[in-house]
This record gives sequence, C-alpha cells and structure tokens, in this order.
Amino acid sequence: MAISDYYFQMCDALPGREGLLNFNLMCDNLPVLLKGVPLTLELVFISLSLGFCLAIGVALMRISSSRTLNMIARSYVFYFRGTPLLVQIFLIYYGLAQFEAVRESFLWPFFREAYWCGILALMLNTGAYTAEIIRGGLQSVPFGQIESARAMGMSGVLLYRRIIFPIAFRQALPAYGNEMILMVKGTSLVSTVTLMEVTGIARYIIAKYWTPVEIFLIAGVIYLVLNFLVTRLVKYLELRFTPYLQHPK
Amino acid sequence: MANALEIKHLVKSFGDLEVIKDVSLTANQGDVICIIGSSGSGKSTLLRCINLLETPNSGEVWVNGELIKMGLDKKGQPQPTDHSQVDRIRTKLAMVFQSFNLWSHMTVLKNVIEAPIHVQKINKTEATKQGLELLAKVGITEKANQYPSSLSGGQQQRVAIARALAINPDILLFDEPTSSLDPELVGEVLKVMKSLAEEGRTMIVVTHEMGFAREVASKVVFLHNGHIEEQGTPDEVFNSPKSERLKQFLASSLEG
Amino acid sequence: MDFFELLAFGDTGWGDEMLKGALMTVLVSISAMAIGLFVSVFGTMSKMSNNGFVRGIGNTYTTIVRGIPELLVIYLLYFGLNNAVMGIAKGVFAYDQYIELPVFLVAAIAVGLISGAYSTEVIRGAFLAVPKGQVEAAKSVGMNKFLIFHRVLVPQVLRYALPGLGNVWQLTLKDTALIMVTGLVEIMRQAHIGAGSTHEPFVFYITAALLYLVLTTVSSQALNSAENWANKGVRRA
Repeated sequence: MAISDYYFQMCDALPGREGLLNFNLMCDNLPVLLKGVPLTLELVFISLSLGFCLAIGVALMRISSSRTLNMIARSYVFYFRGTPLLVQIFLIYYGLAQFEAVRESFLWPFFREAYWCGILALMLNTGAYTAEIIRGGLQSVPFGQIESARAMGMSGVLLYRRIIFPIAFRQALPAYGNEMILMVKGTSLVSTVTLMEVTGIARYIIAKYWTPVEIFLIAGVIYLVLNFLVTRLVKYLELRFTPYLQHPK
Repeated sequence: MANALEIKHLVKSFGDLEVIKDVSLTANQGDVICIIGSSGSGKSTLLRCINLLETPNSGEVWVNGELIKMGLDKKGQPQPTDHSQVDRIRTKLAMVFQSFNLWSHMTVLKNVIEAPIHVQKINKTEATKQGLELLAKVGITEKANQYPSSLSGGQQQRVAIARALAINPDILLFDEPTSSLDPELVGEVLKVMKSLAEEGRTMIVVTHEMGFAREVASKVVFLHNGHIEEQGTPDEVFNSPKSERLKQFLASSLEG
Repeated sequence: MDFFELLAFGDTGWGDEMLKGALMTVLVSISAMAIGLFVSVFGTMSKMSNNGFVRGIGNTYTTIVRGIPELLVIYLLYFGLNNAVMGIAKGVFAYDQYIELPVFLVAAIAVGLISGAYSTEVIRGAFLAVPKGQVEAAKSVGMNKFLIFHRVLVPQVLRYALPGLGNVWQLTLKDTALIMVTGLVEIMRQAHIGAGSTHEPFVFYITAALLYLVLTTVSSQALNSAENWANKGVRRA
C-alpha cells in the first residue's frame, strides 16, 4: 500500500460527523488544502521582493530634498496605509477592468489575470509599509556613529554602504519580520478574487461539503505553521546580525 | 616647516548666536594643547571646526600647511568647496568623541581596521596586524572580537583611541573624552592619553580634567564666551592666572 | 451615469447608501475596539501572571489570533459562533431553542477578538515600559497596592500605550472591510452591491477607498491631539 493509503486509513480512525468536530473530514482534506501552499508562498515571495525594491525607491524619495519627489512618495504611502488591502485588491481587479482603455492596452493580459492583480495589489501594499520601515531604520541610526565615520574621512556611498545601511537594516529587522507575517496573512484576501491559494481552496471545499468550521480550522493551522516558520527565520536573522542584542544565557 | 595646525580668526555662529568670536590658535608638532573653559564657552565647537564637523562662518583652518577651501552654498551658508579635500584632511586629524561613537554592528577589532581598509585602502592583513598592535597598546586585546555594547565606558573609549590611532593621524583631537565616564574609569583613559603625549604626538584636548592638563599639556588655552581669554603654559595658567574670569573658573572647578 | 450622478443622495443615487455604510463601519469599529480593550485587560493580566498555565492561555490567544488571517477568524466566528453559543446554552442552561446571533454582534466580536490580541501586546508593553522607580517611590510613601495601581500605574500605562492603541484602532478600522463576507452592510459590502448593480466597480471602490481615507485621517489627527494632551509635562525626544 502507498503512503497515502496509510494516511487515509489513519484519518478514517478519527471521529467523524457524530463527534463535536468532524476530525475525519479535517484529516481527509488536509492534503487538499496543502496544495494551496505553493501558491501562497509564491505570492508572498514575489510580492515581498518586488515590494521591497519599490520601498527602497520610495524611502529614498521620502528623504530626498526634492519637494515633488517627497510629495509623491508621501501620497503613495498615505493612500496604501490608509485604505484596507481588500479595497486595493478590488480596485485593481474589478475597477480597472471597467475602463476600455485598460482592456485595449498591451497590459490587459496582465490585468485580466487575478494572479497578476493580486501580486500588484500585495506589492503596492507592502511597498508602502516597508518604505516607512526603511525610513524609520535609516533615521534611527545613532548620529554619533555617522559623525565618527565622517571624522575618519568616510563620505558618500562608502558611508552608506559600510555604516548607515548595515545599522539601519539591523534596527528595522524586527519591524520587517512583522511585515512578512502580515503579507502571509494578506495572501488569504486574494481568495476573494478567485485565486486558489489556501483560503481559496478552503472556500471551494466548503462550498461542496458545507463544513465551514472544520475546513477553516485546518486552513488556520496551516497559516499558523507558515507564520511560525517566518518567525523562526527572523529570529535566526536577528541572532546572526545582532548577536549583541540577544539576552545573555 | 609648516605648523601642524593653524587657525586664523575663526568665527562660528548658530543662527543669531555667535559661539566663536575671532579665535586664532597655532599648534606645532608635538604640542599638547588643552582647551579649558565653562560649558557654553565654545570649546567643543572650536574643536569640531577643525575637522569640519561644524563649518566656520569665517576664518581659516590650515592643516600641515594646507588651507581648507571654503565657499558659499546655494543658500549663502558657508561650506567647504572641495569635499574630497575635506575627506583627505580628516584622515590626518583623528577625533575621539565624548560618547565614544563606536560602530555598534562591528566588533572591536573591525572598528579599528575599518577606516584603514576602506578609506586608506591598506590591505586587510596589514591593517589587522596594526590593529591588534594598537589594541595591545591601549590594553584591550582580549576584547578584540567582542561587540562594543559588552564593554564598559572606559574600555569603549580606549578602543576609540586605538581606532583614531589606526589611521596614522598627524593630529589627535579629543572632545571631552572622559566626561561621560564613571569616575573610576577616567583614570585608565587618561593613562593612555598621557602615554600618547609622552610619545610626542600632537594632541588638542578639550577637557575638564585639570590634573591632566597640568601634568601633560604644553599649552593651556582658556576659552570664555567664544574668545581666548588667556593662554600659556600650565604653570602660568594654573598658578598665576591673570584674568578675573580665569581665576573664578579655576576656583569653581576646584570646588567641584 | 457619471460619477456625481451615481453618488447623489436620494433615490437615484448611491451617496446616502455609501454614507450609511460608512456609519456602520464606524459603529462596528467602535464596538470591536471596545470589545478588544475589554478582552485585552484579561489578556494582559493573563500574560503577566505568575502561573504558567494562565500565561499559556494568554499566549495561546494572542499567538493564534495574530497568526491566522483575519478573514479566517471572521469566517470561523461567523459560521461557528452560533453553534458554539447554542451548545453552551444547551449544556449549561438546558436551553434547546435555535439561537441566531445578530450579524452585527458576530462581526463586532470577530474583529474585537483580533483587535484584543493586538491591544494585549500594546498594553503589556506599556506596563513593562513604566520605570520601576515610579512604583518604588509610591511604595516608599506608604501607598497600598490599590492606590499605586490606579494613581500611579494606570495613568502612566495609558500614556505609553496611547500610540500603540492608536495603531490598533487604525488596524481595526481597516479590518472591518473584511466583514463584508458576513453580509453586514458596511462600506465594502455597500460598494460591492452598488458595483454589481450599476456595473461601475471603479466608481464605487474608489468611493470606498476615499471614505476609508477620511476615516483614517480624522482618526490620526484625533490621536495626535490625544498624544499631545497625554504627554503634557513630559520632555519628548
């Protein structure tokens, strides 16, 4: 017998409909829900990466001396932090499709797809929050350490590369770890525009079997595991880059 | 032979407040000049004008016979016209700060070899060797691979001195190096500074430590309200002060 | 119909419906925030308790609620709360009838539990931020525990907690958008209905976005004033 047969046999041993919760059903559907994990991870990874690059640009615009650039960056951050992610997704997926200009343009193959709309929305959202995290990190670099670097003849790119960015990165790490978790949770919202990541698959199963509590519980467990892994990763990075901030054993 | 440092008619204001009002000072090689005065007299500002951490409003700063070129920026504020000159001159003038300002993300050794490697382009092996020698000199070799946050104030300041020495400066600038330290840690830092003076290093020290100035300085400068009120050898300044204000200042510092 | 016609008030336009939706959003947010603060009192007490088991309950609550997507929390409560309440009624009170909780209540409790988990972390952090010396000084003049708590601790905790709680409020406000899946007619649901009816999704969702922006901006102005008031007499960096 194959492993999967062993697995389903084990599931059958669990209490079913007669119990408080249908554990049998939960067990049976776990593999089905897990099929959504690759898409969830893909969405998280791509949005975080693109969003981060965008955020660096926006953060630099924010601290630049040009008033126009500053205004543009501030408006962008203001909009994406002041509105719910759900509105942002709906506007891109449903709203843009309303315009003929969009439907006729060369970008339509992208905007037609829920996948790309989802990534765009997630990327713009995390870009705004991350830009503020980066800006906060840059501003929290102790001024004295920048001065002592200048006093040694460091300036320009060298100063940023060796002193300012490394320290800013370390200051921003906990806040960015939190942002990564928010992104993992954010991917569940793209299920509302037909994407079949974990939450999307959950809703599909529920439409068939009508056992919402059991299925959503399993989906919740999957997200807990994913977020636990993210937290572990951040703790490892904190240990690696700021060993001097850890609690003494 | 050009003087190590020459300041001519320096003026520095912060907005409406004139902090340095026409100060001129000369330092020869091997001089140890201690600048004393009450808080707000402009001592730190004067020191920071030397390595351009503050930009003087007018006046000239000559380092080893080279004038730092000054001009005006877009808003009419004074600024150095040649930034690469400023960077280069800064490597001849190392500064030790009141709050140490060690780079928190680097170990002690890395702090010391950072500027030699990345600013002066010395190769890593040589810089490391020199760095370890300097750490031994200030008595802190065993902490080489630790981070600044696990060191005491006195230890951090000694690392800062080693870091300043690592770039082989012509003049060492000290901005109240012991003011942030607990009393029992002041001694270890002053000891290191004393040995540097005995080696013949050119040092300019802003300090409240009168004992140190008395023992080690070749010249003491008393700054008051942005002017040099009185200057001379330690014997002249401490034992036969001429100006009233200097007498008052010395009296109040002895009480403290 | 153009933008302004669509949003007119009265029978032909959706303007008044959208504003009613905004009112509902505000009502749900306030209720959820209140429920969250109530829950966070217990959450904080539990997490700061000396008893490991009690601490475990608090930690489990905040970890789980902050670790799973808000949408799932809302779905779970929407589908599960009715049955849970009926089960308790049957078991404890032997009440057999069908209970249906009003949607508003379910929505407020769902967002309230989420809000409460974050509020717990903020208040706990604020407690830890009060310098120990404050309590020691109070003890040294003979204040008893009760006095210390409400004359020294609580005012200071509130001051430290205010920025964090302000953030939680903004989060709560935006999380109410997810309530649309329960059918409760707040901003998002109303926009969805309007978009479906008129086939002009952009107009409605942009209006929704603008309404949220107004709500979050007004909130942050109000919070700034509150922070300034709370910090009078304190020198800030």
